[in-house]
This record gives sequence, C-alpha cells and structure tokens, in this order.
Amino acid sequence: MSRAVERTTAPALLTDIASLRADFPALQQLVHGKPLAYLDNAASSQQPRAALDAEALQQRQNHANVHRGVHELSERATAAFEGARAKVRRFVNAPSVEEIVFTRGTTESINLVAASLGRQRLRSGDEVLITWMEHHSNIVPWQLICAQTGARLVAAPINDSGELDREAFRRALSERTKIVALTYVSNALGTVNPVAELVAEAHGVGAVVLVDAAQAVPHLRVDVRALDCDFLAFSGHKMYGPTGIGVLYGRRNLLESMPPYQGGGEMILTVAFDRTTYNALPYKFEAGTPNVTGAVGLGAAIDYLERIDFAALAAHEHALLELATERLLGEVPGARLIGTARAKASVLSFVVDGIHAHDLGTIVDREGVAIRTGHHCAMPVMERFGVPATARASFALYNDRSDVDRLMAGIKRAVELFRG
Amino acid sequence: MDELQELYREVILDHNRRPRNFGALSDANHVIEAVNPLCGDKLTLYVKVGGGRVEDISFEGTGCAISVASSSLMTERIKGQTVGASLELFAKVHGLLTGAGDAPEDLDKLAALAGVREYPTRVKCASLAWHALKAAVTGTDGKPVTTE
Repeated sequence: MSRAVERTTAPALLTDIASLRADFPALQQLVHGKPLAYLDNAASSQQPRAALDAEALQQRQNHANVHRGVHELSERATAAFEGARAKVRRFVNAPSVEEIVFTRGTTESINLVAASLGRQRLRSGDEVLITWMEHHSNIVPWQLICAQTGARLVAAPINDSGELDREAFRRALSERTKIVALTYVSNALGTVNPVAELVAEAHGVGAVVLVDAAQAVPHLRVDVRALDCDFLAFSGHKMYGPTGIGVLYGRRNLLESMPPYQGGGEMILTVAFDRTTYNALPYKFEAGTPNVTGAVGLGAAIDYLERIDFAALAAHEHALLELATERLLGEVPGARLIGTARAKASVLSFVVDGIHAHDLGTIVDREGVAIRTGHHCAMPVMERFGVPATARASFALYNDRSDVDRLMAGIKRAVELFRG
Repeated sequence: MDELQELYREVILDHNRRPRNFGALSDANHVIEAVNPLCGDKLTLYVKVGGGRVEDISFEGTGCAISVASSSLMTERIKGQTVGASLELFAKVHGLLTGAGDAPEDLDKLAALAGVREYPTRVKCASLAWHALKAAVTGTDGKPVTTE
C-alpha cells in the first residue's frame, strides 16, 4: 500500500522584484505633470495595497479598543493587534512576543530605553557610547539622560568613507561604558555597520547594546538572536508600513527589570492611591490605547516582505545604487559622494559643486522626482564631511532604472539652470 | 519662462554666484546669527547702525541660492537706509514672500524674490536674512533668529 508523503515546504520566495512596483498605488500618480519617481525611501517608503487595505478594513469594521471589551469588535481588534505583534516577533526572530513592545516609532523606542534603563543604571562617571554617524534620535535621548544622571556621552569617530573607526570604537569601550547605542545602517551615508561584531565587543565590557535598525529592516534580514543585541528599534513607515507605529525589541530579563516609561491605562494590573502594580510584558511599556491600525498595517507590510527573497531584493537595490553612482560621477561634473563605505545600503548621498542641495531638491521635484535634501537629522555627519547639506536619493524594492534616468535628467536640468 | 525659471531668475542666480557685501564687518555693532532648522542653513548678519541709519551691512554663511541671493539683495538695498525705511522694506518683502495682498510696488530687484510664493517650503529660505535684519535694527540681537 502506498502512502502519500506529506510535504511541508514553504512557498517559494518571490525573486522577480521588478514586478512589485504595480502593488504600490502611490507610485501610479503624476507629480507636477510627470510620473512620480519616488526616491525618498530612507525617510518614508510607500505602502503596498495589501497594507493600505488591511488598515482600511481595521478602521471600517474592527475599530474598537483592545484588551478591554468582551464584545465582538474589541475581540477582533485585539486579535488583529496581537496578531501583528506575533508577525513582528517572527520578522526579527525574537524569542517571544513578550519582548516586542509597540511604540510610535524608532525615536520613541530609543527614548523609552534611554529614560527607563538609563535612569535606572547610569551614574555619574558612567559612559554611553554612540557613533559619529547616528541620527539625532540616537543622540539626543542619550544627551538628555546623561544630563540627568551625570553620565558622559561618547561618540566613536568615522573615517573619510563614512565607516566606523573600529579601533577607536574598541578603545572607547571600558568598564565605564554602560550602554552602547549604534545604528545598523546610516541614514545619511548608507554605511552598513558590522553590528554583530560590535555587539560582541560591547558585551565584552558588560555594556547593554541598543541597535537602531530603522534603515536596516527594509533591506536586510534582521535577526536579534544572530546579532545578540539587547534592544532593537525600528519604524513601520520605513519598511512599507504606516507612520506612527514602531517597535522596540528588548531582551526579556532587561525589560522585566526596567521601570515603566509612561504611566496610564493598559500598563497596570491594579491601581490604588497608595500602590499600583504593573502589567506583565510587553504591556508594562504600552501605556494608553495603542495605535491598533498602525500595528495592523505594519503586520500587513511584514506579510508582504516575508514573501520576498531578500537576496534578490538586495541585488536589485544594489544594482540601482551602482548604476546611479556610476552615472552621477560620470555625467555630472562637480558631483561628489558623501558616504563611500564598502558595505553600503541603497542610499546615494551627494553634493554638486555650486548648487545647494535644496535648490537641487526643488528642481528635480518639478521633474516629478522626490529626493531628500538637508542634513538628514545627522548634523554631526554633515560637520564631519564639511558640508551644510546633501541631496539624498534612496532606493526601495519598487524603484527601477527609469527612476535613475529621471533623477539624472533632473540633476542635469539643475546644472543647466545654474551654470547656464 | 517655466516655473523653475520664474523661481531662479537671472538676478537670483547672479547674486548667488557673486553675493554682494559678503564677509565679516569688523566695526559692526549688531551681529545676528540666524538658522533655518529645516535645512541647517546658517547666516551671520553684521550691521553697523549709527544716527538712526544702517551705515554698513554684510553677511556670511551657507545656504541655498534663494537664501544667499535674498541676503545679498537685502544688504545691497538696505545699506544707507534709515532704520524706519528698513522696517518698512521688511514689511513689504514679507508681504511679497507670503503673497498677502498685491505685490508691493517699488521693490525693484527685490521683486525677483516673488517666485518663492509658489514654493511654500522655500519661503523660509528667502525670509531668513530679513528676520535677521529686523532683529538687528530693532536691537533684539542676542536672541537666536530662526524661521520657525
């Protein structure tokens, strides 16, 4: 008698990245009469129809408070919200859902750790080590808590390519270093840090490590167990989800030992005027009614990403970065890259002699090309490279060669206008 | 002339390429630091006020073409004016940039700044130097000037 062999192979991952563009309704519009070439993905990426639909459904049919009511809508909202948390856990390979805290975004995630863990652990003479390439959101929260505790903020320098000075980073680590907070991928330079190695070095002196993964999650498979980081922060809106939702992964024993960040409903078990007991993880850190729709949208964006072969995605984005780099340097006299790290995500930060980044941004916008211009919330990086601002084109899975053509045409228009 | 040429008129491009009154002023009695936090542009305005008049004025800093040209045009126009006339001009330019009412007359070259009205995010670039001027002639220097 023959028996059918049960196969449980996962469905094949999608490798045809170019076909995904059609999934993004925002890309189907004209801007200033021209088809939109959206190259500001490191600031916010567009959302696929699947995420937009999930958010609309949540708002239309399942809108209710979570973890409260016994009625049907509240149960649906709770299931959707907790379902999203489970997707996030799997996405970053966290050991448990209790270690996934929903926040407003990366900024709030970092502020949570700085305020809660920082106030608990930092003493006068202690040090918090960051790097010179951090976004302001991974600088200012630490400055605030250092000012309150008497600890010192130390920044490890970067080299002329925009790579972390590994030797200086190692030298900066000591028994005084209590917290290390560093970015996985630099938003202003594109540099990809060797995070797992840096985490190991920081753990060597007993420091707790937070990784800002806001720019990493849309491009790389991020695995908190492989990185062995203690905290990981990221935002929904840079990974094809909505704004206003973000994640803090925290190692359970640390989250358990930390005091609450904000007080309110949801984060408590019992409240009396003389004593309040706090809720279990992760709710202890989720005071108030959460952004349910945001979490649902993020969950849908994760479902979307989980279908995609990230090796194919990386190859696609890298090819666009190479093409844009080659064309910019080859075709635009006076163009210079800011950020030339060997390991680089799809961020093209550049300046053009005689044309300020803002003028460049305005001119290419009129050609339907959206890029970011300015200091990218990384003023120390601008200072390091001696520029007041850069223009930045950042690529996502839905970009293609036509977007690079359009960008180049826009830059040439600016050169023509400015140099006559 | 398309919209971009309307914004980047020849006079703007010229003042950006060759800014007038650019550099520090050693005998200034008002030095104003102004920043546009949106873009990180920085401007230092040096003003020498004497006898109710702007005797000399200059600026330094980095910024986009609109910001540099606006600063340059402003210094060119303000040098030698009375404090009262400077404030009147500030009000007129403010009206021009924000598009409140009809474009004021007799602005001459300053009328070239009108192009920014179509670009809301760029209005601040053009107005930064003028806010610094106002702070200088009204003696409110010492407070940081920003466009926020």
